[in-house]
Amino acid sequence: MSGIRVLVGTRKGAFILTSDGTRRQWEVNGPLFGGWELFHLKGSPVDPNRIYASQTSSWFGQVIQRSDDGGKTWNPPGTKPEDLMGPDGMPKGESNMFLYKGSVGTHKWYDGSQRPWEFKRIWHLEPSLTDPDTVYAGAEDAALFKSVNGGVTWEEVPGLRGAKGDLWQPGAGGMCLHTIVLDPSHPDRIVVAISAAGTFRSDDAGVTWRPINRGLKSPYELPDPDAEVGHCVHRIANHPSRPDTLYMQKHWDVLRSDDAGESWHEISGNLPSDFGFPIVVHAHEPETVYVVPIKSDSEHYPPEGKLRVYRSRTGGNEWEGLTKGLPQEHCYVNILRDAMAVDSLDPCGVYVGTTGGQVYASADSGDSWTPIVRDLPPVLSVEVQTLA
Amino acid sequence: MIRVVLPAHLRTLARVEGEVRLLVEEPVTLRGILNALEGQYPMLRGTIRDHVTQKRRPFIRFFACEQDLSNEQPDVPLPEAVLTGAEPFLIVGAMAGG
Repeated sequence: MSGIRVLVGTRKGAFILTSDGTRRQWEVNGPLFGGWELFHLKGSPVDPNRIYASQTSSWFGQVIQRSDDGGKTWNPPGTKPEDLMGPDGMPKGESNMFLYKGSVGTHKWYDGSQRPWEFKRIWHLEPSLTDPDTVYAGAEDAALFKSVNGGVTWEEVPGLRGAKGDLWQPGAGGMCLHTIVLDPSHPDRIVVAISAAGTFRSDDAGVTWRPINRGLKSPYELPDPDAEVGHCVHRIANHPSRPDTLYMQKHWDVLRSDDAGESWHEISGNLPSDFGFPIVVHAHEPETVYVVPIKSDSEHYPPEGKLRVYRSRTGGNEWEGLTKGLPQEHCYVNILRDAMAVDSLDPCGVYVGTTGGQVYASADSGDSWTPIVRDLPPVLSVEVQTLA
Repeated sequence: MIRVVLPAHLRTLARVEGEVRLLVEEPVTLRGILNALEGQYPMLRGTIRDHVTQKRRPFIRFFACEQDLSNEQPDVPLPEAVLTGAEPFLIVGAMAGG
């Protein structure tokens, strides 16, 4: 019997929601790491028992947690008794040490001056598609880190900040690397997205990088609407069977690329608003895409107070609002960029978490929705594991 | 033995209850206490002071004997009462209201 495990990160801890394959009855476990911000949790696609979590706090900084038993027990990697002593007899405890490599360098600050990079937190963890000990981490201030030992130590992936990093400038939400897309058919290809900097691609496992923002237009955010960098990309998604097709939710506009990001075109079509944060692709239909329109960048809630997930079965442009089971009046929550995910059962399940603390699930590709849980702290991230 | 009181979140992270007791080489200083603490509980590295600069994180304070020692130099000896264990060394998270 298959099962589903939903990993939920919130402002005040993590929650793990589990169900069998029917997705009717749910067990809610948590809070884990109560009182800490859990920006993101994600399981290894190779070993579902291996889960990584980003635990942060304005007081105590960054902690990386790892579970090797499907979320039952957790440890900061490298701090279990058997891990404690390094060859020099000193404790390791380096799983939260994220050091920018080489010269720290500078980026553009709000006043136009240059400011040194300063590590703040990990927004997103992306486990390797092939090795459970390899995992990427997206940081604020924007950089990509990689661990090849299960999160015990981290090293910055070189070159990314050389892709015009001196021109990157934080937006109001911070200069964060929030999206990491791995390509199953091109193991050396990595696509990342950075708030207020744009989208970048490496084809040599992270050694060299270049901006891939041709076709993005930001007339309300940038003096040059077609600038090579500076676009506020919110999320990118792809389908493993067609990795060259990338879907993007930008600050404003929903876009698509069919050449791995070399060029983009808008597919917002009939959406009630093309502002939003998350975008996901159906597990079995590469041309079926989901977004959650938000009224505007200054009003982070759904248009008309109606929470509607929009689905396109045509790869964009033609969208239908999905409302059954979702609140259709007085709803003023937001869905953050990492807070929508799909399972790989048939029919495909879709999950969204809100800043109001609800996690809604659809077991029929979005046709109808049910709240799994209603009163969590504001939800930062939702990831789904489909268990055999 | 030096008595150290951690804030609740760090007690959870270090999996300890109540005070932590540390053996610290003399002279007992801020740096010596933090080195001993992180040596015994490596998961606390980076949560109280920066990994590299060793500077106190902005929202952390150090109190002892009704004094704020947060801005003391790291190698200045601590009060006698901390050395003898009569008074604990407090690591405190800054207040946050709302």
